[in-house]
Amino acid sequence: MGLLDYFRSSRPASAAVAKERLQILIAHERAQRGKPDYLPKLQQELLEVIRKYVSVDDDAISVTMEQDEDREILGVNIILPDDGERPRRGGG
Amino acid sequence: MARIIVVTSGKGGGGKTTTSAAISMGLALQGKRTAVIDFDVGLRNLDLIMGCERRVVYDFVNVINGEANLNQALIKDKRCDNLFVLPASQTRDKDSLTQEGVGKVLENLSKDFDYVVCDSPAGIERGATLAMYYADDAVVVTNPEVSSVRDSDRMLGILASKSRRAEQGEEPIKEYLLLTRYSPQRVKLGEMLSVDDVQEILSLHLLGVIPESKAVLNASNSGTPVILDDKSDAGQAYGDVVRRYLGETVPHRFLEEEKKGLFGRLFGG
Ligand SMILES: Nc1ncnc2c1ncn2[C@@H]1O[C@H](COP(=O)(O)OP(=O)(O)O)[C@@H](O)[C@H]1O
Ligand SMILES: [Mg+2]
Repeated sequence: MGLLDYFRSSRPASAAVAKERLQILIAHERAQRGKPDYLPKLQQELLEVIRKYVSVDDDAISVTMEQDEDREILGVNIILPDDGERPRRGGG
Repeated sequence: MARIIVVTSGKGGGGKTTTSAAISMGLALQGKRTAVIDFDVGLRNLDLIMGCERRVVYDFVNVINGEANLNQALIKDKRCDNLFVLPASQTRDKDSLTQEGVGKVLENLSKDFDYVVCDSPAGIERGATLAMYYADDAVVVTNPEVSSVRDSDRMLGILASKSRRAEQGEEPIKEYLLLTRYSPQRVKLGEMLSVDDVQEILSLHLLGVIPESKAVLNASNSGTPVILDDKSDAGQAYGDVVRRYLGETVPHRFLEEEKKGLFGRLFGG
């Protein structure tokens, strides 16, 4: 193995990492496309309201917008914690 | 009726202006009456790359505002009779471009030209969205680099939803991938996304690959679109791109590392 080959093989194949990251990111961004841009903010604010009563993780909520034939459906899904967390007292 | 081509990418510094200059000159050399418009209001540069910066009298915004007519503002290229440049305004701000105004200018150009090439500014602000709004074809200039690929995908989303064709439910804009500043050596080392990688991620029709080339800087230094440097790799690659765009089947070149002779190794880049 020549000196040049040695340097070459010791380099990480960063392009492969780039490709994988891009594939994941772009699939995610494409899925968001065409949806109203207030969704992330809506999600954030819903989360804040819910946290007045129950403590939930950041990723416990998902907000989706689906198009039926003639109507749009806003779906909000919140996964509550298993047991531990007691509901906080109203108004938090 | 002219065909309107937008050269877009999202990211700055990717090669849009270089590409707009090359493609418009290439189309003109193929006998097509071509106009190329600089949409980068406030940061005019196409005039420099085309080498007509000292002949700018009126600009795009003057025409939109009715302060000059198209014939006064279009600069005829000195090397090719079929080519005309419409420079951007250097002083007005971006809001001087209006959808209606741009539409009127393009409509008028369409009567006289076969192709109108729109050199988009970076970003997704008004200049960029208006450059693509009326397009029939889009050349998405992408560098083999994460942020450029992501931004290109973002532009594809905008092309598909915010263009005239999309809004009016017409046949969508034809999108082409142009991969520029490509370095086969670095791809081979695993340091750079390959053309196959980028194509797989964006799933776009590949119009061409332009290698990273010293000829591009040389060409811009002298105000000569690089396609006129037909001895250079980038010049030849752009020549292929234009012929491919016009429907010829031209194999892709410059995808592999060039084997240099001793002479090339001593004196080449
Ligand atoms: N194929 C290439 N090889 C080397 N340099 C390039 C290439 N394409 C563009 N450049 C350089 O990159 C810079 C940005 O190019 P430009 O066409 O002005 O990009 P944009 O219009 O997208 O901002 C310029 O300095 C140009 O010379
Ligand atoms: Mg530019």
